[in-house]
Amino acid sequence: MTRVSPDTLVAALVLLAAACAPALLAPYQLNLLGRFLALALTAMGLVLLWGQGGVLSLGQGVFFGLGGYVIAMHLKLAGLAPGETMPDFMVWTGLKALPVWWNAFASPVVALIGVVLVPAVIGAGFAWLMFRRRIDGVYFALITQALGLAFATLLISQQAYTGGFNGLTDFQTLFGVRVSSPAMQRGLYWLTVAIVVLVLFGGRWLLATRFGRLLVATRDGANRVRFLGYDPAPYKVIAFTLAAVLSGVSGALFTLYAGVISPALVGVVPSIEMVVWVAIGGRTSLVGAIVGTLLVNYAKDQISTVLPSFWLYALGGLFIVAVTVAPRGLAGLIRRAERPA
Amino acid sequence: MTAAPLLRIEQVTVDFDGFKALDRLDLALPAGSLTAVIGPNGAGKSTMCDTIIGRVRPTSGRIVFRGEDISRLPEHRIVARGICRKFQTPGVLVGLSVLDNMLIAAGDRRWWHAFGRKVAATTAQQADKMLALVGLDDRRHALAGELSHGEKQWLEIGMVVASGCELLLLDEPTAGMGAAESRRTAELIRALVGSQTVLVIDHDIDFVEQLGGHVVVLHQGTRFTEGSLSEVRDNPDVASIYLGRAQS
Repeated sequence: MTRVSPDTLVAALVLLAAACAPALLAPYQLNLLGRFLALALTAMGLVLLWGQGGVLSLGQGVFFGLGGYVIAMHLKLAGLAPGETMPDFMVWTGLKALPVWWNAFASPVVALIGVVLVPAVIGAGFAWLMFRRRIDGVYFALITQALGLAFATLLISQQAYTGGFNGLTDFQTLFGVRVSSPAMQRGLYWLTVAIVVLVLFGGRWLLATRFGRLLVATRDGANRVRFLGYDPAPYKVIAFTLAAVLSGVSGALFTLYAGVISPALVGVVPSIEMVVWVAIGGRTSLVGAIVGTLLVNYAKDQISTVLPSFWLYALGGLFIVAVTVAPRGLAGLIRRAERPA
Repeated sequence: MTAAPLLRIEQVTVDFDGFKALDRLDLALPAGSLTAVIGPNGAGKSTMCDTIIGRVRPTSGRIVFRGEDISRLPEHRIVARGICRKFQTPGVLVGLSVLDNMLIAAGDRRWWHAFGRKVAATTAQQADKMLALVGLDDRRHALAGELSHGEKQWLEIGMVVASGCELLLLDEPTAGMGAAESRRTAELIRALVGSQTVLVIDHDIDFVEQLGGHVVVLHQGTRFTEGSLSEVRDNPDVASIYLGRAQS
């Protein structure tokens, strides 16, 4: 008898709900849902890297930000009025001409490639430097956290190039279509759902390959794997790079939904929040990560509306509950209920 | 010894901040031989294994495998040259099934070949063969973490053999096993000798007797004496180092 695993069941429910949502939700609510689904891409990347690979990154905000800023740079350039040569904040900060590396993203196609390629190259380079030197565990987590802090600080300090503390906002058009138009919003939602489905099934496939097995093997016994003749570094570098790319795409989509990207969205606190979504959803389950992201962000939205200052306490409380009561998150609870051992 | 030995440890010293775990150790393993290394606690047995497989680097001296100095190679390259080791505490991959453990041990080491679900036929055969050999055939779908201590030992021995390496280092392969299991382990190891070269570290003299190979006694990081088990056992100096009596 073939049994449907709880993961597959939940995945089917989530996707069904996502498919029905445009017919049922008001535009603002649909925007929120799309935004949360975009964030779930970052969470799925963390499942791969942290849940399966055992590498905790507290710096996913960096790659989220790289994707977000790349698409935002394009949007700023696409929104220039005739006669303007550079975005208004550059004029205010006294810049004489548009920097060359900004100009590259004037083309939407280059920007879309950049959303994938910039996080991939930086993520792979960083991971290679770290894992080649066998830096992992707590040390790796702390270095990624420092990276997140440095990235946010850099963005704030380089106001002429990055828009500083306010980030980049006030977007007009993408591919000639107004970003705020219903058609664009709806298209964006379906694009997000499509990418989520692709990553969900792609991720499941990847984890079932020998690569996936070796990733778990490296998590459980890096030394055993090494002394069986495998070099663990390439597996970790690939997992880190994939997670970075997913964060980049996630950040680009989020930027389109939210209409803004700023240092406050990419620094230390957002990076930790990303880990919390996954911890609550279940760090070894791709579907669990989606559910965790949706629930935590919905709760954040609701709680912040009523009691803006209370959210961080609620988040901390949720994290403590997840770690003590359900170390494998919601997915772990469901799997355990289904298979009482 | 006529042929050049498969592995030669030449004047290897391992210095842990002034404590010499190995002190100018010399040892040669002829191809296809079985060598048992015994010695009191702290004699340097495990450090010797660690040094051969690159977990610990010699402070001085060389380790020569098939004529090549391997003492500075990265660990996975040492395995690629043909040396695999079983650890003292079972080092199975607890999050994977018994079969997956075996497939990884027998499988392709190149990471760029890892993006597929298909397992090479030779790898699958090798894994099946080893599972049958170590008696874990019916446990193949269990998680390795759920095995008993003895079963984990068997699995790891199987994995080390499945690696296809020419030289196998078995660090206390019978720890936690009963007498019957120990005997089966000895039979399994004896069956490997000839096609593979085996170095066994163990405390259990009964087990070493069942193995019946060449015995080397290690003491204070250096080779104390060697010979057949009966020769070693009849040596009064060996008894004195085990009992901790001062050497005269």
